Amino acid sequence: MDYSETKSTKKKFWTKIFPSHNIGDIIFERLTLLFAVSVFLLVILMGYEMYIGSKISIDKFGWSFLTKSTWDPVQEIYGALPIIYGTVVSSILALVLALPLSIGIAIFLSEVASGWLEKPLSFLIELLAGIPSVIYGLWGIFVLVPWLRNTVEPYLSDHFGYLPFFKGAPYGFGLLAAVLILTIMVLPIISSITRDVLKSIPQSQREAALALGATKWQSTKIVLADAKSGILGATMLGFGRAIGETMAVTMVIGNRALISPSLFEPSYTMASVIANEFTEASSQMYLSSLIQLALVLFVITIIINALAHLLVWSMNRKWKTV
Amino acid sequence: MMSLTFVAALIAIVPLVLIFYYTISKGITYLNFNFFTAMPKPVGEPGGGMANAIVGTLILIGIGGSIGVPVGIMTGIYLSEFGKNKFGNVVRFLTDVLSGIPSIVVGVVAYTLVVVPMKHFSAFAGGIALGILMIPTIIRTTEEMIKLVPQTLREGGLALGIPKWKTTINIVLRTAWKGIATGVLLGLSRAAGETAPLLFTALGNRFWSTNIGQPIASLTVYIYDYAKSPFEDWNQQAWTAALVLIMLISILSLLFRIVTRSKYKTN
Repeated sequence: MDYSETKSTKKKFWTKIFPSHNIGDIIFERLTLLFAVSVFLLVILMGYEMYIGSKISIDKFGWSFLTKSTWDPVQEIYGALPIIYGTVVSSILALVLALPLSIGIAIFLSEVASGWLEKPLSFLIELLAGIPSVIYGLWGIFVLVPWLRNTVEPYLSDHFGYLPFFKGAPYGFGLLAAVLILTIMVLPIISSITRDVLKSIPQSQREAALALGATKWQSTKIVLADAKSGILGATMLGFGRAIGETMAVTMVIGNRALISPSLFEPSYTMASVIANEFTEASSQMYLSSLIQLALVLFVITIIINALAHLLVWSMNRKWKTV
Repeated sequence: MMSLTFVAALIAIVPLVLIFYYTISKGITYLNFNFFTAMPKPVGEPGGGMANAIVGTLILIGIGGSIGVPVGIMTGIYLSEFGKNKFGNVVRFLTDVLSGIPSIVVGVVAYTLVVVPMKHFSAFAGGIALGILMIPTIIRTTEEMIKLVPQTLREGGLALGIPKWKTTINIVLRTAWKGIATGVLLGLSRAAGETAPLLFTALGNRFWSTNIGQPIASLTVYIYDYAKSPFEDWNQQAWTAALVLIMLISILSLLFRIVTRSKYKTN
């Protein structure tokens, strides 16, 4: 009795480490495992490198880095609040504009458009995602900004200038330009994920609504309610993309660290600061503060992406059982 | 109400059309043989091309590919063939996380990992940053493509007595390689369009250089520098560089779309 138990546990142990007798199999599996482990270690290494790179700045400023407003490289005082403000506000406003458009597009692609229209249109919208960021910036500088400076901002200033959002001189460059470009860049992500989420909801939901006498729009509203968590996940992924967006934003946002409710004023985002000032960083403390900004971005995007993927994934699981 | 969604779709297409229209119309003026073969001239002098930048971009995605492609494909193989366990799920999750990390953060990491020890900006550092950026795309597409291979093919191989590793390489990979190649292509295209990580790794170079231990020029950084500059001539060249970049990315996708399609025809 004991003898046979020992023999089978011994066998189980060996089969766990070497599932196959063939040496080629063992080498192949270990090799691929090695690469998978390297990816795992890479992410950890990234976080670690940025942490030790920013250690000096973390030790000196602590939490005041995130709450103080003075970004002064000359006096070596680094407070990133206006930069965080610029990052968060530009991204949230971009989401506010992009979300209704994206949901509209997703509904059009999954519910309204017929097959011959849906595929090329989806392709075109995904093409928007493939355009390099620096080309968006180039277009932004020479097409969008002059249009804002000459047409849009004077108009807003004349008719709505009493609002705090439209005060100030129409530079063209500034928060509004950045928000518009971010909206365009974030649109394809949110709309394609939402379209996939809507498609994954079984047809029976729509049919049930229609059978009860609902109009197409009412049945779509029901489907949208079902897709809530997936849409939220898509939005979060869009937000993550927006806060990390560097080149297009740097080229149109005006690059000044200030907090102002006006959309016409220039602003500054974390990614822009790093892009503009990294090679100019003249001291270890300066560099360390910039690396700390990168660390903040790193942590925020990891959290957002993790939550977003959990949401989309949980939505897929929910509807698989129906 | 539903017709409003059509309007939304149209609104989305407008910027796409505008961007393509402006890039092509403004970029075409300087697009000539000279652009591809001449070196950049000092400002004010007419002519001048971006030969070093075009070669630089190709070298950078080459270095990035040599790191990103093996890591990506091997990890993709691991995830699809052996990765149905907890560790596999962790790696999948980390791949998604990695794909969401902003490119400039990857550039900062490449700076601390490569530029600081080397005490030198270099094409190598830029290539590493691009390679890291390619990895999640390639892992994801490789895993998806290998999963598409029917289980019967694997079982057939194993039933014939072929060891698992040979089945995977000769049967499964051979079936899936077109899809994997598309994923590689997608990764390379994404890397070709990256600017932010190169700003402080590969830096930039006004001269011809193919030395990977030295800073190197790239199309994307040139577009950024030329667009920001106050010189009209340089701004024009930025549009042309943008056009060349878009052409490069489109050629890469088109090439493989042709290759994949022909295989399906013979099937």
